[in-house]
Amino acid sequence: MASTSAAARYVGQSVKRLEDPRLVTGHGRYVDDIVLPGMLHVAFGRSDLARAAITHLDTSAAEALDGVHAVFTAANLNSHNDSLRASLHPPESPAPPANMLADGDVRFVGDPYVMVVAESRYIAEDAIELVDVEFEPLEPVVDYETAADSEIHVHPELGGNLAHDLPVPNPAQQEAFENAAHIITETWHQHRQTNVPMETRGIVASWQPHAGVMEVWASTQSPHEMQLVGARVLGIGEHKIVVHFGDVGGGFGQKMFLGREDMAVLVAAKLLASPLKWIEDRRENLLASNHARIEQMTVKMAVDEDGNFLAADLDQLEDDGAYPLGGPATPGAMATMLYPGPYRMGPVSWRARTVYTNTCGRGAYRGPWQMESVAREQMIDRVAREIGMDPLELRRRNVLKPDDLPYQVSTGLHFETTISPEQTLEQAAEMIGYDDFRAEQAKAREQGRYLGLGMALYIEPTSMGMGPLGTESAMLRVEVDGHVNVFMGTGSHGQSLETTIAQLVADELGVRPEDVTLHQGHGSGYGFGTGGSRSAVIAGSAARAAASGVRDKVVAIAAHLMEASADDLEVADGVISVKGTPAASMTMAQVAATAYQNSDALPPGTEAGLEHTARYKAPPATHSNACHICTCELDPDTGKVTLLRYVVSEDCGVLINPMVVDGQIAGGVVQGIGGVLYEHCVYDESGNPLASTFLDYLVPTAAEVPELECGHVVVPSDTPGGHKGTGEGGAIGAPPAVFNAVADALAPFGVYPNRQPLDPNAVLSLIASASD
Amino acid sequence: MADQVPLSMTVNGRTRRGQGEPRLTLADFLREQALCTGVHLGCEHGVCGSCTVLMDGEAVRSCLLFAVQAEGAHITTVEGLAPDDETLHPVQEAFRDCHGLQCGFCTPGFVVSVAAFLEANPDPSDDEIRHGIAGNLCRCTGYQGIVAATRQAAGVMRGGE
Repeated sequence: MASTSAAARYVGQSVKRLEDPRLVTGHGRYVDDIVLPGMLHVAFGRSDLARAAITHLDTSAAEALDGVHAVFTAANLNSHNDSLRASLHPPESPAPPANMLADGDVRFVGDPYVMVVAESRYIAEDAIELVDVEFEPLEPVVDYETAADSEIHVHPELGGNLAHDLPVPNPAQQEAFENAAHIITETWHQHRQTNVPMETRGIVASWQPHAGVMEVWASTQSPHEMQLVGARVLGIGEHKIVVHFGDVGGGFGQKMFLGREDMAVLVAAKLLASPLKWIEDRRENLLASNHARIEQMTVKMAVDEDGNFLAADLDQLEDDGAYPLGGPATPGAMATMLYPGPYRMGPVSWRARTVYTNTCGRGAYRGPWQMESVAREQMIDRVAREIGMDPLELRRRNVLKPDDLPYQVSTGLHFETTISPEQTLEQAAEMIGYDDFRAEQAKAREQGRYLGLGMALYIEPTSMGMGPLGTESAMLRVEVDGHVNVFMGTGSHGQSLETTIAQLVADELGVRPEDVTLHQGHGSGYGFGTGGSRSAVIAGSAARAAASGVRDKVVAIAAHLMEASADDLEVADGVISVKGTPAASMTMAQVAATAYQNSDALPPGTEAGLEHTARYKAPPATHSNACHICTCELDPDTGKVTLLRYVVSEDCGVLINPMVVDGQIAGGVVQGIGGVLYEHCVYDESGNPLASTFLDYLVPTAAEVPELECGHVVVPSDTPGGHKGTGEGGAIGAPPAVFNAVADALAPFGVYPNRQPLDPNAVLSLIASASD
Repeated sequence: MADQVPLSMTVNGRTRRGQGEPRLTLADFLREQALCTGVHLGCEHGVCGSCTVLMDGEAVRSCLLFAVQAEGAHITTVEGLAPDDETLHPVQEAFRDCHGLQCGFCTPGFVVSVAAFLEANPDPSDDEIRHGIAGNLCRCTGYQGIVAATRQAAGVMRGGE
């Protein structure tokens, strides 16, 4: 069948979002907007102690409160039917004991031990206050650096606090270290941060007793994970759980997996046969959803006298907290494997360890293994300083150039010819006006002003195509009136998929974006959802293939009806016409009406209807890359850092919607800025979290962030649309770029920062340490 | 449980009556009894600004007010800004034009705050815009599109005078 794709009419355009009219007018439908007849409300009672035995738990006063329907504790809730494991977590791999409510003891501040169901959230919270509970405080494990050696065990069942220990030696590097002109070592620390979607987590669950069906509305990035895990938790068939997907107010990784609270609500909804709603409040979200980023990497790098990287040895340690969201995480292994990044790094050896502590569990947060870029890019600036070379020059010397590609990395990664690190490095340097800034910086220093420049270059393995992550499907149907419905396993929660998928389908099928409606959740085929910078490549390719299949049929039917050759037809904006003879045409609606309602008129042997389902299997990784450069001024009297300019040059391949791409980058960048300069989930030494409101956990406001300047290098990937993932990148590149800028501004003081956050206190103490 | 008190206020031009305990927040009244679910709760402690509404023309955080404090007041929520079902308010239009939203959760609060800000300061500088909207948090956009949208809406609203 001759059916060449229509020329790109909508892909590449900043098409205004189809989501927006409802969202800007307050007519989105988020989970808290769901109200069901007879719906009851859930509140959790949570531990105020990091580690304690529950010595007494009496819920009778809470149960007696007017308006309370049920009070659950471990004793009457934890008898779930099946596994609580996340789909990415293999059944045989080690994990903390799974429970919904704390059973006998609590293991972090925020650990839920009681759950009240009442007529209103107000009453449910009143009832929590009436729960008579006594704790025997126990000494907690708070410091992850010493957790592995602690005799106190977060999970006594596991016999130790070490969750993972993965040593990967590489004997090839010994010679490099022996002969290196320079060996430079530093330990880089990231601090504890959290995702902070503006909409907290939440779920509404409604059990239909005799049908045996659980109906769910959830704030999730992955409706199918909700369905699969929900079915496992409830011990029912997947077909017996219906997950509705509405608007979702951000997630950044937090809503990829079910929390213990989600599971508890599902089980309680079935036990009570009443619709239940749980909406997490902000305090719960900051204390007990998931934390991230808390980790350190000790890096030893061998460098020759010309600044060529020879080898690296890495030791990564990260804190999983007590109950990591989605199962024990191993981003550390990814962080070390990805460490070489966009450079010829030579042989690399590593060790990656993860420990449990009595703190909030770790979870995925936008670029979960971005420690690789944090450690590497900060290390490169350190190396530059140590050997007296300009950091841009040092990167130019070692960056992978087009002639180096394809490139096999010593850690096992393979880069195709479709990456462009050198191009983005040069574009960003040009955009920032590198040489001019250095001159300005030198002049400023003479005037007693402290300017700094930081850069970060990275390659991100997006759209990873293995295991449950590997595929997405699209079921596409042109309806009788010609409108296109696409059913997909994605979970768009800000990524604009209703628009970008519509753009892809519009081009492939020959309609307008507004003729395409994306449906997610119930009715779609299995997919892992939206996260891991995967939707454009994996879901987009599925949508494209489904549209292509339908287009073939549209052209065949139209050719038959118009008595024309299929080769002579073109399809655009919902009209099928003979090339060069636009008067000879018919509409998509006419073709569709024939396909469904006058099938006798179809070409002989043509199946009635206009629908096609396609599933796309992604390659192991589709690499995107970017370079971030920012400049700052530091006030040595107050320690305040002001960002002056921020430029990003990125290559996400073919841009579907440039406005959306720039928006994804900006959001990630500002999360990175916040992470380095403002945000910190502080615990005291007793394991008490001190950042429990937005007055303590400082999300950046518009007043703290500079205008972002984006440049694009477009090297199409080998995937069908030529796209590469871009959702996480901003949050990968920004932390080391901002860190390096501040370190550069501090350089005249002769200090060497190696840990975040670089808030005013940290900056002032660094300056003070210089004068000691 | 405390006694229920009757409540009555004008919401988006229509009288809304209901009842609630004295501790019922204005935000919960608007969401649950006036059915204005565009009023979003992002923190319930007055920092994020997602629940911003106009009370007698002033931008207020409806999570920090009790419903009884708004007795008899004129409330405008994000649902009440657009002139009709086919037309967006210039601030709403600008948010769409400038990609001032992604997940959309903070958007109602921003739209209401920006509308009030531009009423008070019709011709703000970029710096005034950034500080003027610093009472609202957004986690998706990095504020780039929101600042641009505020700039655009200011121009449109001035031109429309």
